[in-house]
Amino acid sequence: MDNLSYYIQQLLTGVSVGGQYALIAIGYTMVYGILRLINFAHGDIFMAAGFFMVYASASLPLYISIPLVLLLTVILGVSVERIAYKPLRQAPRMSIMISAIGVSYLLQNFATYYTGGLPRSYPTIPFISEIITIGTVTTSWITLLTPVLTLALVIGLVALIKYTKMGMAMRAVSKDFETAQLMGIKINNIISITFIIGSFLAGVGSILFFTKYPTVLPTIGAMPGLKAFVAAVFGGIGSIPGAVVGAFVIGICENIIKAMGYTTFSDAFTFVLLILVLIVRPSGLFGEKSTEKV
Amino acid sequence: MSENILHVENITMQFGGVVAVNNLSLDVNRGEIVALIGPNGAGKTTAFNVITGVYEPTNGRVDFCGENMIQNYPKGKMAKSYKGENLGLYKNSISKTPDQITKLGIARTFQNIRLFSGLTVFENVLIAKHMRARQNIFSATFRLNYKEEQRMRREAMELLEIQDMGHLKDDIAGSLPYGIQRRLEIARALATEPQLLLLDEPAAGMNPQETQELTDFILEIKNNYNLSVFMIEHHMDLVMQISNRIYVLDFGSLIAQGLPEEISNNPRVIEAYLGVSDDAEN
Amino acid sequence: MAKDNEKIIQQNMLKPDGLNPKVKYSIAAVLLALLLLGIWWLEQILPPSSIIFTVLKKGAIYSLIAVSLNLLNGFTGLFSLGQAGFMLIGAYTYAVLTIPPESRAAVYMYYDGGIIDFALPVPVAMLLAGCLAGLCGFLIGLPVLRLKSDYLAIATLGFAEIIRAIVQYDKLGPITNASNLLRSFPVFRSTLFPFIVAGLCIAVICLLINSSYGRAFKAIRDDEIAAEAMGINLFAHKEMALVTSAFFAGIGGALLAMFQMMVQARAFTSAMTYEILLIVVIGGIGSITGSIIASFLFIACSEWWLRFLDEVQIINGFQLPFMRSGFRMVVFSIIIMFVVLFYRKGIMGTKEFSIDGIYKFFRRLFTGEGKKPKEQKGGGAA
Repeated sequence: MDNLSYYIQQLLTGVSVGGQYALIAIGYTMVYGILRLINFAHGDIFMAAGFFMVYASASLPLYISIPLVLLLTVILGVSVERIAYKPLRQAPRMSIMISAIGVSYLLQNFATYYTGGLPRSYPTIPFISEIITIGTVTTSWITLLTPVLTLALVIGLVALIKYTKMGMAMRAVSKDFETAQLMGIKINNIISITFIIGSFLAGVGSILFFTKYPTVLPTIGAMPGLKAFVAAVFGGIGSIPGAVVGAFVIGICENIIKAMGYTTFSDAFTFVLLILVLIVRPSGLFGEKSTEKV
Repeated sequence: MSENILHVENITMQFGGVVAVNNLSLDVNRGEIVALIGPNGAGKTTAFNVITGVYEPTNGRVDFCGENMIQNYPKGKMAKSYKGENLGLYKNSISKTPDQITKLGIARTFQNIRLFSGLTVFENVLIAKHMRARQNIFSATFRLNYKEEQRMRREAMELLEIQDMGHLKDDIAGSLPYGIQRRLEIARALATEPQLLLLDEPAAGMNPQETQELTDFILEIKNNYNLSVFMIEHHMDLVMQISNRIYVLDFGSLIAQGLPEEISNNPRVIEAYLGVSDDAEN
Repeated sequence: MAKDNEKIIQQNMLKPDGLNPKVKYSIAAVLLALLLLGIWWLEQILPPSSIIFTVLKKGAIYSLIAVSLNLLNGFTGLFSLGQAGFMLIGAYTYAVLTIPPESRAAVYMYYDGGIIDFALPVPVAMLLAGCLAGLCGFLIGLPVLRLKSDYLAIATLGFAEIIRAIVQYDKLGPITNASNLLRSFPVFRSTLFPFIVAGLCIAVICLLINSSYGRAFKAIRDDEIAAEAMGINLFAHKEMALVTSAFFAGIGGALLAMFQMMVQARAFTSAMTYEILLIVVIGGIGSITGSIIASFLFIACSEWWLRFLDEVQIINGFQLPFMRSGFRMVVFSIIIMFVVLFYRKGIMGTKEFSIDGIYKFFRRLFTGEGKKPKEQKGGGAA
C-alpha cells in the first residue's frame, strides 16, 4: 500500500512537471512554427522570470509582484525578438539560431553577474505551496493545480488560434511566410504576439516550477528548456496539442525513472526519447510530413 | 525503331488529396530530343522530380536503359485515399535516390537555377566529377589520388573551354549574369557524363536571340555528347524547331503526344493553352 | 586546334595567379618555423607561469576545436552543437587510458583503483580519443543526418547531455571515476606540444577541405538538392563531415585534458559548445584562419586582457561602477551579440588569410595592378 501511494505521488508529480514543461514547450513550438527558429533563449527567459519574482517579491506584495513578473517576462521576450531576431529576418537561418544562442549566453552571463552567481531562494506563495493529504497520498496544491491550469491555458490558446482573426493570421504565417505577407498580414505584429504568448506562458510556467523547486540559478533554464523543446519535437514541432502531450509524457516518464532510483538518467532519458522519435517518426506525434519544393 | 532509353509507365503522384501527375506514361528513345509541354501547374516539373528520384511516385514505374529504377504503389494512408488509376498493377517498391540516378546516367537542370553559388565556375563543374572518381576520403585528403585529381581537373577544364567559359573559371557562380548561369548549369550537368539530359525550362527568361543560341547549343551538345534530351519548355519556337516528339500535359494528365506538326494542330492542346472550355476538362 | 586547346587548358590550370607554389610553400614553411622558434625562445626567457603561455596553449587547443566545428557549420552547412560532448569523450578516453597503474589507487580511491591496470602510450591514447569521439559522431549521424538539419542541432546538443550523465553514472565508476575528477595522467610542459599537434590536425582538415571531398561538402552547403543531382550521396558525405569533426574535437578534448591536468565531466556543458560556436562566428563561418585568429583573441580576452573587468577597481578612492566578478562575461556576450547582429561575416568572412593574399595586397598597394580583372568582371555582369 505504501508502495502504491509512493508511485501515485510520483505520478502526480510527473503530471505536474509535465504541465510546467508544456507551458514552456508552447513557446518553442509556436516560434518554430512561425519563424522556423529554435529559440535557444526561451529557457533563459524562463530563468529570468524566476529572478524577476525573487527581486519583485522582496519589496512588493504578491498580488502586485505576480502580474508584474508576467509583464516583465513578456517585455523581455518581445525585446529579445525585436533586438536579436528581427534584424536577421532576411539572413540565413543559421545566423538567427546563432543569434538565439548568443542571447542565451548573454542572459545567463548577465544573471550570473547580477546575482553574483549564487542560488536564490524563490518566495513562497501561500496556499498553492501548502501540503494536502488525500487518502494515503501526500502532495501539495501546486501539484494538483498545475495540470488544471495548464490545460485551461492551452484550451484558451487553441481556441484563440482557431476562432479569432488573429489566430487565423498566425496559422497563415506558419503555413507560408511570404504569401501571408503579400496578403497584407502584418508579419511583425504576428511574430510579436507569438513571443508575447510564448513568454507569458513561460512566465506562468516559471512561477509553477519554482514554487515546486524553489532555487533559482542563472543556468537553471537550460535543462527545462531543452526538455520542453524535445517535448515539442515529440509532439510534432509546430503543433500545440502535440507539445502539450509530449510534455506530459516526458514529465511522467522522468518521474517514474526517478522513482525507480535512476535519477542520473532522468535527464538523459529525454534525449534517448528524442533520438527514438527521430528514428521512428521524425515528424512527431501530430506533425505533418512536409515535402520540400524543388 | 531505335533503342528505348527512358520508359515512364503509369506514374501517378499524389500529394495529400491533390493529384499532381495522373497516370503519365511516356518514352524517350536514344538520340531523340523529346519535349514535355503544358500550361503552368500542369505537373511537368513534378514529373521530372519523379524521374530524377526527388519525389517517390505514389504509383507506377520508371525504367532507364531497360533497368527498372523506380517503382511504387500506394501504401499506408495513401492506399485508402488514392485517387489514381492502375491500383494493384505494381507490387514492388524500388526507389533509387537522386544521386544514384545521376550515377546511372541521367543529369538534370532546374527550373530556378540551382548552382553552388558560393563556389567558382570551375568548382561547380569539377564537383560533377566527384561521384565517378575512385578515390576515398583518405586518399583524397592526403593527396594520394594526385593523378585522378589532375584528370578530373583536366576534364572539367576541357568542358569549360568547349563551352566557351574557360575565362570565367575563377568567377563566383552566383555573381554571373543569368544567361551564363543557365549555360553553366547545363555544362555542370554534362560533366556528370550522362546519357540522358533533362532540361527544366532551359530558355526561361531569355529573349528570342538568346533562345535561338540556346537552341543551337542544345543541338550541338546532343550531337557532340551522343545524348538523348528530354526537356520542359514554354518557348514554342524552340520546342517546334528541335523536338523529335512532344508530349502535352494538362492538369497532371497527358492530353496529346506526337510529332511537332501534329501537336501544333491538335485542338485539345490549343484549348489547354488558350483557355479551357468546360467540356475540355473531362 | 586540339593541341592549342590543350595548351590553354594547361595554362589555365596552372595559371600562376599570385606566387609560384614552390615559393609560396617555402615562405609558409619558413614562417611556421619562425613561429615555433619564437615560442621556444619565449619559453627560454619568460617564467613558465607567464599568462602568455596559458593563452598560447589554450588558444591552440581551442583553434583546433573551433576549426573542427567550422568544418561542419561553415563548410558542410550542418548546424551541430555536440562539440562539448565529443571533447568530453576525447578527454575521458585519453585520461582513462593513460593514468599510470601506480597512480590509479589514488585517483580511483572510491572504486578500489578502478578496473583498468595498464596505461597506453600518449599518441595511441590520443588517437583512440579521436576515434571513439568519431564513432559517437557516426552513431548520432545514423538517425539524424537523414532529417532536416534543425534536428541535428538539437540531437547533438542532447547527445552531449546524455554523455555527461552516463560518464557520471555511479556504476561506471570503476572506469570513469563517476563524478570525481581524473588526474595524474601524462601532460605536456612545453607550449610547442599543443601547437604542433593542433597544427598538424588543422593542416589535415585544410587538406580535406581543399580535396574533392571538401568540394562536395561545400556543394552540400550551397545547395543540397543540386548536390544530390550531381551524384553526391548526401547522407554518406554528411556522415564523413560529422565523423571527421567529432574525431578532431576528440583530440582537442584530449589536449584540453592535458592542459588542465585533470578532467571532470561537469565542465563540458552546452555553454562550452556555445563558446566554441561563438568563436567560429567571430572568426567568420567558413574561414579556417578566421577560426584560429578568433580562438586566440577569445582566449586572450577571457584569460588576460579583460580579466581586470572582474575585479573591483578603485581609482583615487572612487570605485569604478559595474566592475565586479562576472562583468567580463557580460561585456563579452555583448561584444558577441554585436558581432552576430551587425558584423555577421565575422573577422574573415569566408576568406582565408594566405600568403597569396598578402602578396596580392602588397602588389595592389604598390603597383595598382590587380584591379583590372575586377573591372572586366563587372563589365561581364552588366
